[in-house]
Amino acid sequence: MTSQTRGKRVLTGTHFMMGNFAVVEGALAAGCDFFAGYPITPANEISERMSARLAEVGGKFIQGEDELCSIYAVTGASLAGAKAMTATASAGYNYMQEGIEYAVAAEIPCVIVNVQRCRGENFATQADIMQMRWGAAGDHEMIVLAPASVQELFDYTIWAFNLAEKYRNPVVVMSETTIALMREKLVIPEPAQIEILNRKKPEVPPGQFLPFKPDANGVPPMPAFGEGYHTLYSINPHDERGSIRWDPDVFEAMVARITGKISQHTDDLIRTEGFFLDDAEIILIAYGSECRPTLEAVQQARMKDIPAGLLKLATVWPVPENAIRAAAKQASVILAVEMNIGRYAGEIERIGAGLCTVKRVTKNRGAVHTVQEILTAIEEAVR
Amino acid sequence: MKVNPVRKYLRKDSLPHFFCPGCGSAQVLNFFVQAAEEINLDFDQLVAIGGVGCTARIPVYLDADAMHGIHGRTLPWATGIKLHNPQLKVVIFSGDGDAAAIGGNHLIQAARRNLDVTMIVVNNLTFGMTGGQAAPTTLKTLSTTTTPYGNLEPPFDICRLVIGAGATFVSRSTTNRPRQTVNLLKKALQHPGFSLVEIISQCPTNFGRRAINSGDPTEGVMWIEEHTLLLKDAGAYPAVELEDRYVVGTFVDRIEPVFAGSSVYASEECECP
Repeated sequence: MTSQTRGKRVLTGTHFMMGNFAVVEGALAAGCDFFAGYPITPANEISERMSARLAEVGGKFIQGEDELCSIYAVTGASLAGAKAMTATASAGYNYMQEGIEYAVAAEIPCVIVNVQRCRGENFATQADIMQMRWGAAGDHEMIVLAPASVQELFDYTIWAFNLAEKYRNPVVVMSETTIALMREKLVIPEPAQIEILNRKKPEVPPGQFLPFKPDANGVPPMPAFGEGYHTLYSINPHDERGSIRWDPDVFEAMVARITGKISQHTDDLIRTEGFFLDDAEIILIAYGSECRPTLEAVQQARMKDIPAGLLKLATVWPVPENAIRAAAKQASVILAVEMNIGRYAGEIERIGAGLCTVKRVTKNRGAVHTVQEILTAIEEAVR
Repeated sequence: MKVNPVRKYLRKDSLPHFFCPGCGSAQVLNFFVQAAEEINLDFDQLVAIGGVGCTARIPVYLDADAMHGIHGRTLPWATGIKLHNPQLKVVIFSGDGDAAAIGGNHLIQAARRNLDVTMIVVNNLTFGMTGGQAAPTTLKTLSTTTTPYGNLEPPFDICRLVIGAGATFVSRSTTNRPRQTVNLLKKALQHPGFSLVEIISQCPTNFGRRAINSGDPTEGVMWIEEHTLLLKDAGAYPAVELEDRYVVGTFVDRIEPVFAGSSVYASEECECP
């Protein structure tokens, strides 16, 4: 790029930046030193900027022959000790399911950015929210974060790396055409102000190390390849030594631990944000770029003395059950706002059942809701 | 008590191995540890990789860092590992299905890039683990569980495929040439860049019984020998007679720069986003 950026991992300062670029800068700030990607719109700017920026800071970049190469190169690099990431868009994410399943089963930290797009066209959507949770085969948990702005694309990418390292699970940054291609203000802090988490290393020598014996959090420490620990990674059922073996008890315990390390730490994984919730009787629940018109609509409703509030879901998977339940207990009506035919609404209806009315506010025509559309939905709900 | 000198390379937790009696993949495990012993391969710096299939199980039995369990994706794994830590020795154990069917594109791309890995392809001409279905390497007219009336498809020649893609070390051997195979493996392991050794192998259980009407491993090996020609003799045969013969020898052995990633910092300024 330029002599101003060469060798600099963290571009501290105030920028006017595209969302896809903010992802790259967030990743570098988090310590990313490996990226693999395959061309796909609207995620291309991530690969392009990575090809320049990673080389500047001594990391490795590869343009894979397909998305399978990308996700497996990322998991391979991670096992060799890298902080690794790939980026793709909806159709490309399809191909990556297989590698994500492996990353879950073999507990490989990695970050996947999925810029959702409409089937074959690069218009905005949130239609893949269920795929990011359920796409991979086998029992598994996923961590999926939903930024709503360029700043959050930067912040959440760092957060994603930290969670991946801490829990040894793939973490998805759920992006969208809207925020990915948008340019807006981005403030990058000083490196010392950025919290960075790294995977735990073994504290015992190779002879005494059990590679899949968890620590108190359910997460095993992780050596890198070449450090003498002779670790076998397999998708097949394995015991604490890593040896492949079919034993229903071993298998059940393995799956319970790998899923449990996520499902038992939801307090640490889940972030939500409330706007005008204190006295709200109509609560809108939104995630990603839909938070933007929703917040504006809530503010306009307030000016009309309608007691509306917004619950913004920063973490969409695992589901913020407690926050949604609290909203359902407080409100008479919940509006589930999303840019698809109504996917996540099913989760909200499940949690809110018997507590309040849940109405779906959906739109799947390549654009975010307008403020007026959401305001109209609020007004209809109070009528 | 005398201990086999190569037993130290085996992961004791994984034994006994799961190979059928007379399986060629088990021989290849043996050939590999012999080659490793003879070149003093550092198992602390070795990453052994297998996809899915019988041959793909070989890394499970090696006392080294190892990966196993996704069909066809061994080379992408190796790519990530080698780019992040070029000091590691990465060896892939692949069946013909892993290499030439589901992983075919990765194979030609890794050869094109001259990725610094050794790929050992054990070609038994069939999908052995899943019951003996036809593979892209199955010779024409042979019967398998998915070609009951005889295979209509022409087979891939894996060596010619990677030669065409730019591989810098390419050789072929057979399971009935143990010494030659160990020597080829030693050469391949010491080659900087993409090295591929194809080993034509018998699968008594699912190729022998179905395609050549004998589950006897010895007959499987005899069948291989009947279908083998030495590279130095191959020139004397007309093309039509080479069609169902495996030419054995080293086809390519040259040094080229190895793959170091798709983007390496070159100059002060560049035309980048």
